[in-house]
Amino acid sequence: MVNVENKKQFSNKKLTNPSPNSPKPNSEEVKAISPWRDAMRQLRKNHFALAGFVIIVFFILLGLVAPLLTPFAFDEQDIINRLQPPSAEHWLGTDHLGRDIFTRIAYGARISLQVGFFAVTGALVVGSILGIVAGYFGRWIDMLISRIFDILLAFPSILLAIAVVAILGASLENALIAIAIINIPIFGRLVRSKVISLREEEYIMAAKAQGMKNGRIILHHILPNSTAPIIVQATLGFGTAILEAAALGFLGLGAQPPDPEWGKMLADARDFIQLAPWTLIVPGVAIMLVVLGFNLIGDGLRDALDPKMKN
Amino acid sequence: MFAYTIRRILMLIPVLIGMTIITFSIVHLIPGNPAQVILGENATEEQVEALEESMGLNEPYIVQYGLYVKDLLQGDLGTSLKTKSEISSEIWPYIAATFELTFFAMLFAVFIGVNAGIISAWRQNSWFDFLAMLFALVGVSMPIFWLALMEQWLFAQELGWFPAYGRQDSKDPIAAITHFYVLDSFIHLDFPRVITSLKHLVLPSIALGTIPMAIIARMTRSSMLEVMKSDYIRTVRAKGAGQFLVVYKHALRNALIPVITVIGLQTGVLLGGAILTETIFSWPGIGRYVFDAISFRDYPVIQSGILIIAFIFVIINLIVDLLYSAIDPRIKY
Repeated sequence: MVNVENKKQFSNKKLTNPSPNSPKPNSEEVKAISPWRDAMRQLRKNHFALAGFVIIVFFILLGLVAPLLTPFAFDEQDIINRLQPPSAEHWLGTDHLGRDIFTRIAYGARISLQVGFFAVTGALVVGSILGIVAGYFGRWIDMLISRIFDILLAFPSILLAIAVVAILGASLENALIAIAIINIPIFGRLVRSKVISLREEEYIMAAKAQGMKNGRIILHHILPNSTAPIIVQATLGFGTAILEAAALGFLGLGAQPPDPEWGKMLADARDFIQLAPWTLIVPGVAIMLVVLGFNLIGDGLRDALDPKMKN
Repeated sequence: MFAYTIRRILMLIPVLIGMTIITFSIVHLIPGNPAQVILGENATEEQVEALEESMGLNEPYIVQYGLYVKDLLQGDLGTSLKTKSEISSEIWPYIAATFELTFFAMLFAVFIGVNAGIISAWRQNSWFDFLAMLFALVGVSMPIFWLALMEQWLFAQELGWFPAYGRQDSKDPIAAITHFYVLDSFIHLDFPRVITSLKHLVLPSIALGTIPMAIIARMTRSSMLEVMKSDYIRTVRAKGAGQFLVVYKHALRNALIPVITVIGLQTGVLLGGAILTETIFSWPGIGRYVFDAISFRDYPVIQSGILIIAFIFVIINLIVDLLYSAIDPRIKY
């Protein structure tokens, strides 16, 4: 594929630039491929990653076009038709208040994907800043930030999230904040270790010797070179964040009724397992698929971006 | 090694201090008046003042924190607002229940996970490898509480094979000695009760053990694949050793080193993660103890429960770190 592309470029060039002084074909063929393009090419070949991508796109679309797909509102109750099995009218059945489960799953996709996105972005931004500061400047500030990471990592994640929600009160926003906080040290440590290994590189020394300011070095040299592991972690973290949000929702510490949050839907289904198993199966499968999707993409990205894993 | 052990233990001190600051803050970061929040909106002013007095909420923060740490060092974990009894005297049965559940969950996870990983590596790219890794991938993507509910529905309610709730037959309680019910039943030589206790453990252990099982299987597989490529394995093969001997005697010993770390770390994670499994199976463990305290706004229990779980978690991580260098003589500190 590389050769085909390069040859094409070469032949185009030959047509537009027929000067006798044009460079020899050989020098054109060694044109460098950026590591990112190489990674993307590898990723496209990975069937598992593609499957993950399809799953995620499906749920994003489901969330986006939810109002067009269903005539019901997610909080529209119809007590007479409660706990109905799947049918032509209610594709995935109805719950204990007669609400359409398909509608709730579709609107719930919005909640889960948003929680994942904002929690990961928040953790990524704060974690990266702390990680860069700790790794680049070292000394006491590294000591301080690393100890804070140690302390946050000393708590099992869901427990720390529960502690945060216990302080702030139970709501979806607070659950999101809690999930972001517990993920900060994960990104922070990752970035810190990457920065420490980069700090000693010769090109960073060279930049320093030229008198480049710290801010510029971080922004132009350190950050672009630390993105690969961050992207992998962010993708995998997306799945974990969705699982954590569902767990908090299930415990009644996240989304509050009537929000169609998937974890909350499972909690509601608990009492009707035998009567209406679909109320339990459907939200669980939805959570599992979305998390699986992010895990597949994350694994694929890691294989593509980690040079050690390449054949 | 000795110097490393000392250094590693000294590094624990700031972490432990940080942990106490966080648990201390749980009460003090509540927006508004903590005593009012704890007692609810209907509390009278006298009740609020009395609680502020008894919890020392009127003192400056630094004094309060000092008193909190002093109490902790003396083994005083506070008094539960709900049961009115000392937390340190009522907490052991909950800890024992969680330990027992964690032990059996890890037993399940290690036995299945390690063996599945070995066979997957041994028969790389076979249908078994494919299925096992697919199952492992689904296992880490599944909400653990969903799996627990599905188990409860299928194996307890539909098929009736295992009990859905609790640790024991509530009409026929076990006389507790250690509060590890399987062990207690053994001590009493009461074998029917051993069976009952084990039956109660099956579903929650599988639910709790599934994620670590998946992680252990993936880790064992990749570690085995790496070791199988090494020179000494080729030498063993060249000597004419059979495949089984190569895998289980020679390769496994080295391949298990990273796996043991994962096992240790996962044990710590389980202790915290047990809160969901315990809630679903009405397992009277420490996670459920904390969770029940949240709905009752029993802040001393929330604080002490979280602190104890985090403390056990940190100690397990310490042991894993130290074990790591002990089992692999190549690691020098």
